[in-house]
Amino acid sequence: MPAPTSAPPPALDAATIDRLVAEATAAFAAAATSAELKAAKAAHAGDGAPLLLANRAIRTVEPAQRAEVGARIGAARAAVNQALAAREAELEAQELAARLVTERVDVTLPPDLVPTGAPHPITALMDLLGDVFTAMGWEIAEGPELEAEWMNFDALNLGPNHPARATSDTLFVEPLSNHLVLRTHTSPVQIRTMLDRPLPIYVVCPGTTYRADEFDATHVPAFHQLEGLVVDKGITLGHLKGTLDHLAAVMFGDVRTRIRPSYFPFTEPSAEMDLECFVCRGASVGDPEHPCRTCNSEGWIEWGGCGVVNPRVLAACGIDTDIYSGFAFGMGVERTLMFRNGAADMRDMVEGDVRFSQALVGGAR
Amino acid sequence: MRAPISWLREFAHLDASVDATAIYEALIRAGLEVETVDHVGPDVTGPVVVGRVLSIQDEPQKNGKVIRWCRVDCGPEANAAATEPAGPGEPGSRGIICGAHNFAVGDLVVVGLPGAVLAGGFELTSRKTYGHISDGMICAEDELGLGDDHTGIIVLPPTHADGTPLVPGEPALPLIATSDDVLDIAVTPDLGYCLSIRGIAREAAQAFGAPFTDPAARPTPGEKHDGFPVTLDTPNCPLFVAVTVEGLDPTRPSPAWLQQRVKMAGMRSLGLAVDVTNYVMMELGQPIHGYDGDRLNGGIVVRQATAGETLTTLDGQLRQLDPEDIVITDGSGVIGLAGVMGGQTTELEADTTRVVIEAAAFDPVAIARTAKRHKLPSEASKRFERGVDPAAAYSAAHRVADLLVELGGARKVAAETVAGSVPPMPEQTIPADLPSRILGHAVPAEQVVAILRASGVAVREDPGGLLHLVPPTWRPDLKDPYDYVEEVGCKIGFDVIAPVVPLAPAGRGRTPAQQARRNLTWSLPAAGFTEVISFPFSSADEVDRLGVPEGDERRALVRLANPLADTLPELRTTLLPGLFGAIARNRSRSQDDLALYEQGLVFFGPAGQAPIPSVEHRPSDAELAAIAAALPRQPRHLACVVTGNWRPAGWSGPALPADWTHAVAFADLAARTVGVTLSKRAADHAPWHPGRCAELSVGDQVIGYAGELHPAVLAAYGLPARVVAAELDLDRLIAAAPGPGQLPVLSAFPVAKEDVALIVDEAVAQADVAAALREGAGPLLESLALFDVYRGDQAGPGKKSLAFALRFRADRTLTDAEANAARDAAVQVAADRFGAIQRVA
Repeated sequence: MPAPTSAPPPALDAATIDRLVAEATAAFAAAATSAELKAAKAAHAGDGAPLLLANRAIRTVEPAQRAEVGARIGAARAAVNQALAAREAELEAQELAARLVTERVDVTLPPDLVPTGAPHPITALMDLLGDVFTAMGWEIAEGPELEAEWMNFDALNLGPNHPARATSDTLFVEPLSNHLVLRTHTSPVQIRTMLDRPLPIYVVCPGTTYRADEFDATHVPAFHQLEGLVVDKGITLGHLKGTLDHLAAVMFGDVRTRIRPSYFPFTEPSAEMDLECFVCRGASVGDPEHPCRTCNSEGWIEWGGCGVVNPRVLAACGIDTDIYSGFAFGMGVERTLMFRNGAADMRDMVEGDVRFSQALVGGAR
Repeated sequence: MRAPISWLREFAHLDASVDATAIYEALIRAGLEVETVDHVGPDVTGPVVVGRVLSIQDEPQKNGKVIRWCRVDCGPEANAAATEPAGPGEPGSRGIICGAHNFAVGDLVVVGLPGAVLAGGFELTSRKTYGHISDGMICAEDELGLGDDHTGIIVLPPTHADGTPLVPGEPALPLIATSDDVLDIAVTPDLGYCLSIRGIAREAAQAFGAPFTDPAARPTPGEKHDGFPVTLDTPNCPLFVAVTVEGLDPTRPSPAWLQQRVKMAGMRSLGLAVDVTNYVMMELGQPIHGYDGDRLNGGIVVRQATAGETLTTLDGQLRQLDPEDIVITDGSGVIGLAGVMGGQTTELEADTTRVVIEAAAFDPVAIARTAKRHKLPSEASKRFERGVDPAAAYSAAHRVADLLVELGGARKVAAETVAGSVPPMPEQTIPADLPSRILGHAVPAEQVVAILRASGVAVREDPGGLLHLVPPTWRPDLKDPYDYVEEVGCKIGFDVIAPVVPLAPAGRGRTPAQQARRNLTWSLPAAGFTEVISFPFSSADEVDRLGVPEGDERRALVRLANPLADTLPELRTTLLPGLFGAIARNRSRSQDDLALYEQGLVFFGPAGQAPIPSVEHRPSDAELAAIAAALPRQPRHLACVVTGNWRPAGWSGPALPADWTHAVAFADLAARTVGVTLSKRAADHAPWHPGRCAELSVGDQVIGYAGELHPAVLAAYGLPARVVAAELDLDRLIAAAPGPGQLPVLSAFPVAKEDVALIVDEAVAQADVAAALREGAGPLLESLALFDVYRGDQAGPGKKSLAFALRFRADRTLTDAEANAARDAAVQVAADRFGAIQRVA
């Protein structure tokens, strides 16, 4: 708003201007809040403020002195604006800090956007096991759970009279003459792999398997296995040992492993793979005073079976046994979970209690 | 198989420094599954001495029992130390109270003196009981840790084995029990010869390079029929040795050492003749059958049973015989189930004096089938199934006869019968370097030969580096080339083989389907769902309870021939009942707010008949196709159930009860995770609520259903109200996912927003209106979102208002006119299709 022309011209001398600057700066400094600062701003830097009036009066000064007066007033205005901006920033920061204090919350209150979810520990462990092998360049093979007897037994050198083919061990589809079973291991996936895939073969076969077992703390009729199969030129038992050692190291860290001769129809030589007892580390052997329930004081616990693929199995899949050899291994995923995570009762794995699934935070790591 | 170390040492001449633990470890290394080493022997410390009973005074008690107050001579030292010594002039003794009655004055008994610690840590003291000071204990077997027998006091024989008399006060433990370590071995099916002390001793000797004495070294003579007449009339019995003893004194007991051995080996002591046959079976692996020679009726004929024949076996069971059974017969008919169990008519009795000893060879498969058919697993059949050394039969028969002569006062009849012969073993040829190549460890040819020879294999080397091999008669498991590789491997030990990680060719990682499923493994839990696993067993009743109509594929159940539970004889065609079970279990444990899911196979019949092709070569394509055709369809499903509160009442607000949207959201999430967008429409599909069920599709393929469950189904399963569920065919869902997808070019021009509210009939689905708008809006439409559903006066009865936010964008700034025109075009299609009326504010 233009100043009324009738007002007497303001003094423009240096002392007056310095005083105006000093008054303005003092007023800004005295403002304790943004609102007070706003009032001080109107009084000292607003349109009707003395310094603004002085500014407007520059044009009334003799032309010879106009430059000097103009410079003086310009410098004064700049000083006032600078003081204002500094005080504004200061108050803004103070007020923000004060607001943030009032906005404090209890960050330990539980957020509840979604319920707690979890994969089943078996699923999580199989996922991890798959990673161990895909990282080595192996692939994951899968197959049907309801399987032809030939795939589950005959092709694996379990002949028609093998005890595993009894109805006391294996769940059969009715009628028996259909020759269909719920697979008793994931080995039929190995057979399918050898029938379907080009050589060489490096696969793992995770999946659900079935036995005609009563359901109790240590047996379930449906459980999970991870099997591995390699068929290539020049494959040896040493390659099997190297693979199992690697897997054991990933799964259990620094434990010793051993393989010892055993018998399976589908491998020859066959072996059992043992892990050093992770509880007593072998200390209970020969020490009746400190028995170990985990390993029965044997120092070792069975992890799985393995061996060199029986050439009869390769032959049943049409693989030239003069050129190729292979190894295979298999272990229970539940058993591995028990070893890694201490699951005590097999029933908990299949009863669906959410506490079991939710207990392994982050899945199998 | 339980093998006492002392028995093994009789044949394996191991250095004395080799202890039980060393043998245990060596045998494991050689491939025997030794489960435990059990120390057997008296579990007793402190003074346990021979005592002679001098007097017995029966003292009836108020409780009806009669206890005995005895004076027992326990040797001068113990007698003198008695709390209440014998009176002057009486012979030295101690007073002892005893509850048992099976001993008499003058008997020698085992006396535990004060200070002795008996089995179970029971420490003896002199104590006052029944009005006397009992100054020791007259012991029974169980108190010494020798067995479970508490039926009576041990009465010692009057003399040592060498005839010198026992003296009161001498240590008693050496007289009644020897200390031993017993290996408990789970013999694998290929190592039948290790169901004998002979076989295990041979392995132990070989493991330590120690000398081995073969207890079955008598060569089998040629066929002769001088003894008891035997005729072989079946190819399943290649050899039958019959040796006869006469004049057996049936009153002779089994000596203590024989009883102990038999017990340590895990069998019961049943009298001299039976103990001897069992002893020889344990020692040589050859099952023996003893016939009462006076009750045999004419000569023995071994043949196949004929249909309709029966036999009452030793266990008293009448058995219907099968033509596949091998039977032993005499003039009276069938007298034994060969290799499995004898019959009652000719069994050894308490008065048997003439024993015809059978040691024969039978076909392993035939015996296995007979034992299985008659559910008669016996010590004999267990051995025959795994293969018994036919060359040991002759030695075994004579070993039995010799023991009956030595221990039973019998005479061996010189005339003997050897019907048939030991069958030849099959020859195999392997390159000498095969073990090295397969084991991954260099085993020089000479070492291979040495190992195999030590195992009893006849090895003939030829200059071409081939080994011609004939296994010993006790190793029928050595057939294929790799069997010999394993034999070499067991003998060098698998522990010497260096581990090498094989280098696989570059892999492709998980398949797209596997990757999709692994993504679900993590996306579904992140959204609040918890995975469970349940059994796939189901029933027709289950499908009824779900209200599945006739003709639905979920009724095509595959039935099991031998289900674990008669109530669940079939395989699931839906995952929902398993999830219902999980809800019930969690609720029973006070976990009521649940969001569960499961993924797994379901099985749709019918099942066909799968062929069993030859295993000599790869099946033909036709055979493989027939197998594929026989298998029921078994897709992988994914299902969820949600019940209770999705979010319980909490500090931040009231409870959010689970409703049908959570089931649909689960399906949407699963679909989005694998890269698919589901389309939905209302459906009436069991077991869902007919008004709250969404059929989920990709294109025109139905993938599954989601919504609230039918109240009748919830009632049938005893579930709470308003449980919601979804079930998808996961295989189809993943297969429906398009390829890797295309990323858009993003426009940086401003968006033009237009909201429209459309009044439509209540029955019109939001999805259809949205589709109409989308279609009408054309390519300028960037997105469309429903933001309100209104019912009330302004919509009118039977109507609802759907409010959508439309966002338009292009590669330029759109004018108001362009955005309005696109909006109007969108509304026009909805109006044309559904009579939608735009509601103007």
